[in-house]
Amino acid sequence: MGFGMDASIALVAIAPFVAALLAPFIHRLARPYAGWVLALVPGGIFLFLLTLIEPVVAGGTVSASIGWVPAYGLELSFLVDGLSLTFALTISGIGTLIVLYSGAYLKTHPHLGRFLGFLLAFMGAMLGLVLADNMLALFMFWELTSVTSFLLIGFDHTRQAARRGAIQALVITNIGGMALLVGAIVVHHLTGSWELSALGGEVRGSGLYGLVLGLFLVAAFTKSAQVPLHFWLPNAMEAPTPVSAFLHSATMVQGGVYLLARTTPWLGGTEAWTWILVCFGGATLLWGGLGALRQNDLKQMLAQTTLASLGLSVLLIGLGTEAAIAAMLLYFVAHAFYKAGLFMVVGAIDHEAGTRDITILGGLADRMPVTFIGAAMASLAMIGLPLTLGYFAKEEMYLGLMHWQWSDMAVLLVLLAGNAMLAGVAMLVLVRPFLGPVLPTPKLAHEAPIAMLAGPVVLGAASIVASVMTDWLGHTLVEPGAAAILGEAVSSHLTLAINPASPLLWLSIATWALGYLVYRQAAAMRTLLRRFGAGLGWTADTVFDAVMFGLIRFSGAVTRLLHHGRLEIYLATVFVGLALALIVPLGVFNGYGALLPNADLGNWSAKLSWPQLQPYEWGVIALALIGLGAVLLATNRLVAILALGIQGTAVALIFLMFGAPDLAFTQFMVEVLSVVILALVMTRLRLDELDQRPLEDLARDGTLALVCGVGVSLLLMVVLSGTLDTRLSDLFTATSVPIAHGHNIVNVILVDYRGFDTLGEISVVMAAGIAIMALLRRRAKPAVPAAPAPRRRRKAAP
Amino acid sequence: MNSLIFRTIAPLIVAVMLVFSVYVCLRGHNEPGGGFIGGLIAASAMAILGMSSGAAEARRALRIDPLAIAGFGVFIAGFSGLLSLFTGSPFMTSIWLYLELGQTSVPLSTPMVFDIGVYCVVFGTISAVALALEGGEEEP
Repeated sequence: MGFGMDASIALVAIAPFVAALLAPFIHRLARPYAGWVLALVPGGIFLFLLTLIEPVVAGGTVSASIGWVPAYGLELSFLVDGLSLTFALTISGIGTLIVLYSGAYLKTHPHLGRFLGFLLAFMGAMLGLVLADNMLALFMFWELTSVTSFLLIGFDHTRQAARRGAIQALVITNIGGMALLVGAIVVHHLTGSWELSALGGEVRGSGLYGLVLGLFLVAAFTKSAQVPLHFWLPNAMEAPTPVSAFLHSATMVQGGVYLLARTTPWLGGTEAWTWILVCFGGATLLWGGLGALRQNDLKQMLAQTTLASLGLSVLLIGLGTEAAIAAMLLYFVAHAFYKAGLFMVVGAIDHEAGTRDITILGGLADRMPVTFIGAAMASLAMIGLPLTLGYFAKEEMYLGLMHWQWSDMAVLLVLLAGNAMLAGVAMLVLVRPFLGPVLPTPKLAHEAPIAMLAGPVVLGAASIVASVMTDWLGHTLVEPGAAAILGEAVSSHLTLAINPASPLLWLSIATWALGYLVYRQAAAMRTLLRRFGAGLGWTADTVFDAVMFGLIRFSGAVTRLLHHGRLEIYLATVFVGLALALIVPLGVFNGYGALLPNADLGNWSAKLSWPQLQPYEWGVIALALIGLGAVLLATNRLVAILALGIQGTAVALIFLMFGAPDLAFTQFMVEVLSVVILALVMTRLRLDELDQRPLEDLARDGTLALVCGVGVSLLLMVVLSGTLDTRLSDLFTATSVPIAHGHNIVNVILVDYRGFDTLGEISVVMAAGIAIMALLRRRAKPAVPAAPAPRRRRKAAP
Repeated sequence: MNSLIFRTIAPLIVAVMLVFSVYVCLRGHNEPGGGFIGGLIAASAMAILGMSSGAAEARRALRIDPLAIAGFGVFIAGFSGLLSLFTGSPFMTSIWLYLELGQTSVPLSTPMVFDIGVYCVVFGTISAVALALEGGEEEP
C-alpha cells in the first residue's frame, strides 16, 4: 500500500480528534447547526470506509502503517479486514446519526460544543481501537475510550450521580486496560511481535497461555460489562441519552466483544476459552434480562438489555462454531442498529414528554407518529421478527446448537430464555409508551425535530433493507467477518425462505410466545424481582463503594502518618535516611570489619605524621574549624547561620586550592545566598533568636550529625582507596574541544553531554520555587489582622 | 538595613553584579562560569537590591515577575534541545553557528541558549524566593 492509503486509514482514527478540538469553535460559529456541520466528519469517514468494502470482500485485507517510535520498533499500524471493517462502519455510521441527534437534543445547552468534542474524540478512539493492528496502539486507543467515555458519562458534572457513574466506569475499565497492557507485553515476550495479525498458535501452546487468557478476558469482561463486573454499565446511564445511545449500542461496551473476536484466532478454541466465555456470557445474558424486567425507567430497561446482549455476544464467541460466529456478527450489527435507535427514541420521549417512566406513559403514537415508526422498526428487530436483521441473528444462533448434546441443549435453553426476555422488554418498550390510552405527561408531547428522528428511522430502515438483501448481506458482512475471526473461508447461507419442517422456525415461534408471556406478566415479574433484589441486601455496586471508600480511608491514614506537619521530625527522618544510606551499603558490600583500620598496617598510629602544609592552607583549615566551632557553640541562631557560612566559605577555598574553580565559584555563591535566605526565613518565621532546644533534642540532633558526617567521610575514603575508572573523564577531556567546542569541561558536561539531566534539574528547581512560593503565600494569610472577619469579606480583600 | 552607605552603594554594586553575571554566564563554555553560577550571582544582586531598596522596589526594577523568568528559562532550555529535531538529529544534539562580524567570529550555539535558560531558571527562582521573604506582601 502506498503512502496515500496509509495516511487515509490513519486519518480515520485521527480526524475525529482534530474535529473534537475544533468542535467548541464550530459550535460558537454555527450555533444551531453545529451538529449538522460536525456530522460531516463521521459521515465522511463512513463513506471512505465504504470504498474499502470491495477489496475486503474480494478476500484481501488492507493494512496501513505509519512510524510511531521507530527506535523501539513501534508502528501505528492498522488492519482493515472483515471484522474491523464491520465494526468501523457501524461505529462511524451510527456516530454520524448520534452527532446529528446530539445537536438537537442538547440544542440549548451552553456546552454543546464541548459535548460534541468529547463525542467525536470518543468515536476516534473507538475507530482506532477496532482498526489497530499493533497491540500497543490498541492499548492506547482502548485507554482513550475509557478516558473519553469518562468525560461523556460525567458530562453533567454538577450531579453527584453522574460523577459517580463516570468514576466507576473509569475505574472498572481501567483495570481492564491495565490487564490488556500486561497481556500485550506477555504476548510480545512470547512471540516477539506487537502485531495482532502476526500472531499464530504459539501463544496457545505456551505455558503462559493461562495467564495471557486471564489478562485478555479481564480486559474484555470489564469493557463489555460481564457479570460480576457489570455494574458500571447501568450507572453509566447518568450520561445524556445520546451518549448512552452511542456507548451502549455500537461502541464502548462492544470493545470487549471486539477484543474477544479479534483474539479468537490465536487465543480461542481451547476448552478453557469455551467454558469461561459461555458461562460468563450466559450468566450476563440472564442477569441482564431479569434486570431489565425489574426497571420501570425506559433508559434503565435498555441498559439492562444491553448487558444481556453483551452476554449473548460473549457466549456466541465462546461457542466459536461457524454459525455462532456468523450469528455474533449479525447480532452485533442488528443490536447496534436497534439499540441505538431505541435509545434515541427514549431520548426523544424524555425530551418531548418529560418522563421516561414506563408506568405513566401511554398513547404517544398519535402525537409522535414518526418516533413511533422508528420505535416499531427497532423493537421488531429486537424481538427478531422476519424482515429484520435481528431475525437472522436469532436463526443463526439457534442453528449453531442443533447437535442434540446435553451441553448444547443447556446453552439453547439459556439462549431461549434470554431471547424471550429481550423480546418481552422490546414489546414493553414499544407498546407501553406509544399505544393504549393517552396518559397525561409532564410536558405536552409533540413530534421531535428532524435531527432526532433521522437516527431511529434511518437505522430501522437500514435493518429492513439489509435483511431483504440476504445474498448481499451474507457476502459482504458474514463471510469476510467470520473469515477474519475463524481464519478460514466461510460461506453464508442466509435465506428469507421459511421452512415449516425446520426446528429453527419452531424455536423462533417459541421465543416469541415466551416473549409475549413475559410482556403480559411484566408488572407481576417486576414486583417479584424487586422483592428478590431487596432481599439480596448487597450488590456488586455496594461492594465497589466499600472498596473505594476503604481506599480513601487507607490513603488518609497513610497521609496522616507520613504528613504529620512537624518539621523537626521531617528533618530527622531525612537525616536518618541519609545516615542509613551512607553506612549500611558500606557495611554490606565491604563487611563492617573493613571500616576498621586494616590489620596489615600494624601499629597504624605510629605511621601517622603531621601533614606538611603551606601556611595559607593552615589558615583555610583554621577558618573552617573556627566556623564549625562557632556553629556548635553559638546560642544565637543568627550567629550560627553566619558561622555556617564561614565554614562553607573555607570549604569553597579548599575547592579552589585543589583546582575546582567552577565548584568553588558555585560554593561561594551558594554560601552567600543560603546565609541571606536562612536569615530571611528566620525573621519571616519570627523565630526566637536564641536556640533553646532541650538537652535530649541536642543529643539527638548531634548524634545524627555525627553519624552522617562519619558516613560521608568513610564513603569518601572508600572511594579514594579504590582505583577510579577514568574512562568517562578521559573521554570528556579528549572530546570536549573537538566535539563540543568548549574548554571548560564542567560546563560542557552540564549543558551538552549531560544536558538532559540539567534540563530535569532546572525543572526541579523551578518546581521547588513554585512550591516555596505557595508555602510563603499560605504563611502570609495569618499575618493579616487576626480579627475574625466574615468569610465573604475576606474573599473580597485583595 | 537602614545604613545610608549601604543604600547609596547598593544600586551600583547591583549593576556591576548583574553585568558580571551575564559575563560569567556567557564565558562559561571556555572559562570557569556558566549559567548556574551566573544565575546565582544575579540572584544575589536582586537579594541585595531587595534589602537596600525594599522588595517592592526591586520587583518594580525587575519589571517581570521572577517566577515568569524562571518559567521562560525552562522553556528556552527545552526549546534549544528541540531545535536539533529539525536537522534530523536526536533531541539536544548541539548546533553551532559562527557569525562573522568583521574581524571576529562569534560562535552561537544551542548549548549557549540552553545555558541562558539555566541562568534564567536559577535567577528567577532564587530571586522570587528571596524577594518573597524580604517583602511582607507580594504584588499580584
